[in-house]
Amino acid sequence: MRVLMFGWEFPPHITGGLGTACFGLTKGLVKHGTEVIFVVPKAFGDETKEGFRLVNASDVSIDFKESLNQEHWKKFQYMEIGSNLVPYLDPEEYEMAVTKEVRETISGSQSVFSKQFTFSGKYGPNLMEEVSRYALVASSIASGNTFDVIHAHDWLTYPAGIAAKHISGKPLVVHVHATEFDRSGEKVNQVVYDIERQGMEEADLVITVSNFTRQIVLEKYGIPAEKVFTVHNAVEPVDRPELDGVQKHVREKIVTFLGRVTYQKGPDYFVEAAYKVLQKDDNVRFVMAGSGDLLNRMVRRVAQLKIATKFHFTGFLAGTEVDTMFAMSDVYVMPSVSEPFGISPLEAMRSNVPVVISKQSGVAEVLKHALKVDFWDVDALADAIYGILHYDGLRQMFIRYGKTEVDNLKWENAALNVIEVYNKAVYR
Amino acid sequence: MRSICLYFQVHQPFRLRTYRFFNIGNDHHYYDDYQNRHIIRRVAEKSYLPANKLILDLIREFGSAFRVSFSISGTALEQMEMYVPEVIQSFRRLAETGQVEFLAETYAHSLSALGNKDEFYRQVELHRNKVEQLFGYKPTTFRNTELIYSDRIGEMVADMGFHTMMTEGAKHVLGWKSPNFMYCNNINPKLKVLLRNFRLSDDLTFRFSSHEWSEWPLTAEKFVYWLNAIDAREEVVNLFLDYETLGEHQWKETGIFDFFKHLPATVFAKSDFTFGNPEALYNTLQPVSAISVPHPISWADEERDLTAWLGNELQDEAFAKLYACSQKVARCTDLQIQKDWLFLQTSNHFYYMCTKWFSSGEVHKYFNPYGSPYEAFINFMNVLSDFIIRVDDAVAAELTVSMVPDSVPDPKPLKTKKTTAKAKPAAKAKPAAKAKPAAKAKPAAKAQKKSSKSSK
Repeated sequence: MRVLMFGWEFPPHITGGLGTACFGLTKGLVKHGTEVIFVVPKAFGDETKEGFRLVNASDVSIDFKESLNQEHWKKFQYMEIGSNLVPYLDPEEYEMAVTKEVRETISGSQSVFSKQFTFSGKYGPNLMEEVSRYALVASSIASGNTFDVIHAHDWLTYPAGIAAKHISGKPLVVHVHATEFDRSGEKVNQVVYDIERQGMEEADLVITVSNFTRQIVLEKYGIPAEKVFTVHNAVEPVDRPELDGVQKHVREKIVTFLGRVTYQKGPDYFVEAAYKVLQKDDNVRFVMAGSGDLLNRMVRRVAQLKIATKFHFTGFLAGTEVDTMFAMSDVYVMPSVSEPFGISPLEAMRSNVPVVISKQSGVAEVLKHALKVDFWDVDALADAIYGILHYDGLRQMFIRYGKTEVDNLKWENAALNVIEVYNKAVYR
Repeated sequence: MRSICLYFQVHQPFRLRTYRFFNIGNDHHYYDDYQNRHIIRRVAEKSYLPANKLILDLIREFGSAFRVSFSISGTALEQMEMYVPEVIQSFRRLAETGQVEFLAETYAHSLSALGNKDEFYRQVELHRNKVEQLFGYKPTTFRNTELIYSDRIGEMVADMGFHTMMTEGAKHVLGWKSPNFMYCNNINPKLKVLLRNFRLSDDLTFRFSSHEWSEWPLTAEKFVYWLNAIDAREEVVNLFLDYETLGEHQWKETGIFDFFKHLPATVFAKSDFTFGNPEALYNTLQPVSAISVPHPISWADEERDLTAWLGNELQDEAFAKLYACSQKVARCTDLQIQKDWLFLQTSNHFYYMCTKWFSSGEVHKYFNPYGSPYEAFINFMNVLSDFIIRVDDAVAAELTVSMVPDSVPDPKPLKTKKTTAKAKPAAKAKPAAKAKPAAKAKPAAKAQKKSSKSSK
């Protein structure tokens, strides 16, 4: 089995769980002998190479003078996401003019497209444009490689997956790590939603990271149930002896929130719960690690509640800082409003930190040894935090069984489930 | 015979370094030494040293007819001692002329007048002693941080033995009244109050080099023309400026030094004005009325109120948490804790947390090392959290020490143990305070000389 995989981020340039998951899964697949062609929009040159070929999409030059590619381009047009496909146009013109413009450009000036495309590698203001250009390059990659199945991770790469499918005729599996409903609540971005739905519709099979997400895919995107399979995420086992030396320098217990400070992650519930706990127990510090569009509001709220000497902000943490943060923590809290999976509690448990997670998360489906509360129930959240801080028996139990539980959630096992889905897609 | 009261504020804060959550409880050094050294060296070179030289030259040229006054914050003095001692030297030379008056303020250029009365008194005393120790001058006039003033603050200042205080001639306080008279405190009329003429002062500090300003370029002649236009019955024009206006905020190239170089000669030649210090003005001018300031004012921004430092949630929280330490800190003998306590109170830290970016945003931003008020708040609170831990530890250790007989070894050797040993020197400042009572007589004598010269 040979897989053409369209991922997004790759270590060490990871801004979220998506990159972590892609990497873990890829490693798991490779372990089972699956060949993986992993494509990322931007390679900085220091990604780790472990048994798969790394294609830097920016290195692939598309030459529209070749009739072969001209052919593909027409196929791509047919997919109705053509509006985003043309580089080097102003955003305003872009939306309206595209389809016509494209044909003209192709038959007319050819030099415009004989260029290499570069991608920023991060979520940015020109995201739509980049995603489309990425898809364009993807079609070129697909025509130059052989493979049995295409695997696209999240909406950013769905257009690429679709393009590859149209060119190669191979089955497409899309992997739903998050949906627009998780990210934005009910205020969905229509463009994003459309891309997501089209990706799922065009896909032969859909993988969701949890039943929680599967339900959203069925209900909000109208995808037939028999097409959608849940494969829970896992977590990479780590041995980092250097972390044993990590010391915390404050006497108080530390309760940690770690993640993007955005609507989806429910940071406000963490702040309110912190306030409640601090009313009862002064011997604790809360830390909000991460950044995001709600960060300033959280800082303000903490000041308003007058708990700023007990509630700290670290800003965005990367790499070993994350591990250090876990190593210093006594409780990890993930109060997500809507979390398709949520790898970070697993990382916490791996570091022997008991966790409190929201019931509105995929990870709640696989964890037994964690306290689960509704994200909106601040009292329950505060109660859970207080309980772990004060009742040693509870804490000990979570630490002991939690670690074992997480160690059994291996990417190798998740990869087996994914391979099963591949087989269904290829031989159905 | 009317007076120009030319007064300069000299202040530099100890800016904080990037202090992260991970440092709390671990690392107790809070300051960006590199930045602080770099800035004060730059400002000394561009402003303090050439400006001091200019003033010294003017004093030599015009004798007792030319006078200026300074208030130099304790934090600025300490940084000069550490990084540019030649600036202290040059201020000393100015002091030796006897033509320069030094004012008292809070040591840390703090908001303690609003936060804690005991701390306010303590810091004023610290500063008064520092000035006397360095320049042999015992201040009799008080200038609160950023000219912050209210009836209550004035009352406290009078209670500390000052006879004159400076503040802003804020429009909303004065109404139809002119700032160009001597006023007195509304609660204790013994305290005379000098009000900043903000129009003429701001012409120099903000507008001097602005090409969009219809009066640009501003020459000494034009300025004196404006002075002459002031109603003849008005007695004193108070020009209160940041000293950094000379050479740092207004670069040398703008001609600011030339302006000041020519100002005295032009004043003497073309007007009946002379230069007077607060001390002299105190002796010669009678208050025309009390000035009522129930709510604190300052010289900042259009509003001339406290909102540059206090008022938003971030500032109020930081301020409350900081001053909640006062009681405990008072019981600490650790020298470094005492020093940090002062430096953390410096008003700039709160200024950095100001969120009214849109009115006078440019001015704020120019002086702000942080990307946003939120970052400023987070950093300050991280530092403060560590400071609180140290204070708590020190208080606990002191309690243990005081309860355990001498022979018994300390059962809990905390980090602070060693600090309790070197407790004593905190009192260091005191002896200097009692030094020379002679200083007071001097300026009065000078005032007479000055009047004889300018009347010719």
